[in-house]
Amino acid sequence: MKSKKVLLRVENLVKYFPIMQGIIIQKQVGAVHAVDDVSFDIYKGETLGLVGESGCGKSTTGRTILQLYRPSSGSVHFDGKDLVQMKGEELRKMRRKMQMVFQDPYASLNPRMTVGEIIGEPLIIHNVASGKEVQERVEHLLELVGMNPSFENRYPHEFSGGQRQRIGVARALALQPELIVCDEPISALDVSIQAQVVNLLEDLQKQFNLTYLFIAHDLSMVRHISDRVAVMYLGCIIELTGRDELYSYPLHPYTQALLSAVPIPNPVIEEKRQRILLQGDVPSPVNPPSGCRFRTRCQYAQEICADQKPAWREIKPDHFVACHFADQWL
Amino acid sequence: MPNQLLNVNGLETHFQTREGVVHAVNGVSFTLDEGGTMGLVGESACGKTVTMLSLLRLIPMPPGKVVAGSAVLRGQDLLKMTDEEIRSVRGAQISMVFQDPMTSFNPVLTIGRQVSEPLEEHLGMSHAQAYKRVAELLEMVGIPKAKDRLNDYPHQFSGGMRQRVMIAMALACAPQILIADEPTTALDVTIQAQIIELVKRLRDELGMAIIWITHDLGIIAGLAQRVIVMYGGYFIEEASVKELYGNPQHPYTIGLLGSLPRLNESGHQRLVSIDGSPPVLMEKPNSCPFAPRCNYAIEHCWQENPVLETIAPDHRVACWVDSQTRSAR
Repeated sequence: MKSKKVLLRVENLVKYFPIMQGIIIQKQVGAVHAVDDVSFDIYKGETLGLVGESGCGKSTTGRTILQLYRPSSGSVHFDGKDLVQMKGEELRKMRRKMQMVFQDPYASLNPRMTVGEIIGEPLIIHNVASGKEVQERVEHLLELVGMNPSFENRYPHEFSGGQRQRIGVARALALQPELIVCDEPISALDVSIQAQVVNLLEDLQKQFNLTYLFIAHDLSMVRHISDRVAVMYLGCIIELTGRDELYSYPLHPYTQALLSAVPIPNPVIEEKRQRILLQGDVPSPVNPPSGCRFRTRCQYAQEICADQKPAWREIKPDHFVACHFADQWL
Repeated sequence: MPNQLLNVNGLETHFQTREGVVHAVNGVSFTLDEGGTMGLVGESACGKTVTMLSLLRLIPMPPGKVVAGSAVLRGQDLLKMTDEEIRSVRGAQISMVFQDPMTSFNPVLTIGRQVSEPLEEHLGMSHAQAYKRVAELLEMVGIPKAKDRLNDYPHQFSGGMRQRVMIAMALACAPQILIADEPTTALDVTIQAQIIELVKRLRDELGMAIIWITHDLGIIAGLAQRVIVMYGGYFIEEASVKELYGNPQHPYTIGLLGSLPRLNESGHQRLVSIDGSPPVLMEKPNSCPFAPRCNYAIEHCWQENPVLETIAPDHRVACWVDSQTRSAR
């Protein structure tokens, strides 16, 4: 059984990006509500999946947690310490414990550095190792992610997408972090390669007791890798619960529609499936709808949905949802 | 028996590069029935798109060259037509929807102008007639207030809407074949579901044949009747949808299906991964192109490249090994 120790506690996290106008005298004319009042916990050793469509604020949430973007308000407690209040050297020391694997393995590795330099850089920056020791650690890390240690003198362009992503994983592992934020680590890869990387991430998690925040838009992959799953829509988390619970008994209308939209690679099932088709597109995060964010596309929406923002509530044990009418599905 | 609409035989396309010749498509053959839907599945750079572009003669030449094969549409070989003739086929009898709705429109021309172009070109409509028809077409693909949006530019539409406009443009001249090249890859799942429903509805209404190129085996399962799996420029398996998903024969297809996590997965199973990476197409292999990554490979696989053989009615596979017995066929 997993211990239920909270590693990361995110409370009322808000991130607005200002929209400026004017050339010399700049004035703020609005804001992109990228993340709007998000709260959740991540337990030590678990994988929390964060799903949603593009532009819903998944990546911004991940980056704001790591303080790559400073939040507009809210708090992020890592191991009981609030990262939002930290700065400078203090924050830099904390960064050792939390790392990130990026989406695009073609853009996240410096083309002018060798693989050895890329993986060794965090060790040198954080004064963890020096000289010969760096090389030894790098070779060990390359082996860990299933690559030949002699590759350390090669450049990123010599590798395929899947191998590059392995290098990205090795870099994230270099400082032996506790938390890794995986920001769509597999969506740029081919299907047969995706499975390789996911298997690697799972093996490493077991070996080092890592905690993952796994951001993705591929719902079937998220189901595969996560222990719990949070669904995001337009800057808000609308449902959060255990993986099997979410996929078997989705309570929020958006989760239901999202799950029914995923194609299943089985023609017999596909023939009988009834789809919930959402109308229209996601509204703009510059001017999100009042009340419930999803009401403009929701087939059950009523007046109260426009007037009141639905409360984030625990509708049954460990099943959180933000919808006025979620009880009808219980 | 439905009538054969398109018959492609031994199509082979090369690209001349500084490093040598890239063998992108190596002698592929297929037939498409009237009103049928065919899925073409494979990973990136396996030659799916090049196969279709070769048929339509849209390969840039040079560096590309269709070196062999024929593609017969209603008794006429597309590959032997004059430029003038092939132009009257593209957009009128065969049209194509491209992957990226963000970059495949001309950003400085209005939507009305772009969608009306094939109507004026192929059907000889007047400007006013064409615009009227465009409004109907946009209405058909579900663009709200279509009449008012004819003078909008592509950037004023969202990704899903743009793909709808693209489909409207492709269907403008009521083609017999619609080639859809990963039309939903750049879109979100809920929008993807909208587009697939739209294409299914239009297929049933207009009775056109569809070739749907994708890397997502999930989409094909609910859409196509027949599936072809492509690897390294070769067709390696072809079967009806139910047969392919229920009884895959080629080790690559088996691996591909195993590497997909299922939404209805119960318990936690490890994904089956295919080791290694896709082949480089610089040389035409003397062995099976999949042999270096194959768990089932036997000696014969390294000596000769297998050809597609019929192993059951409606099921062809290019493999020396019987996946059930793991021995030579």
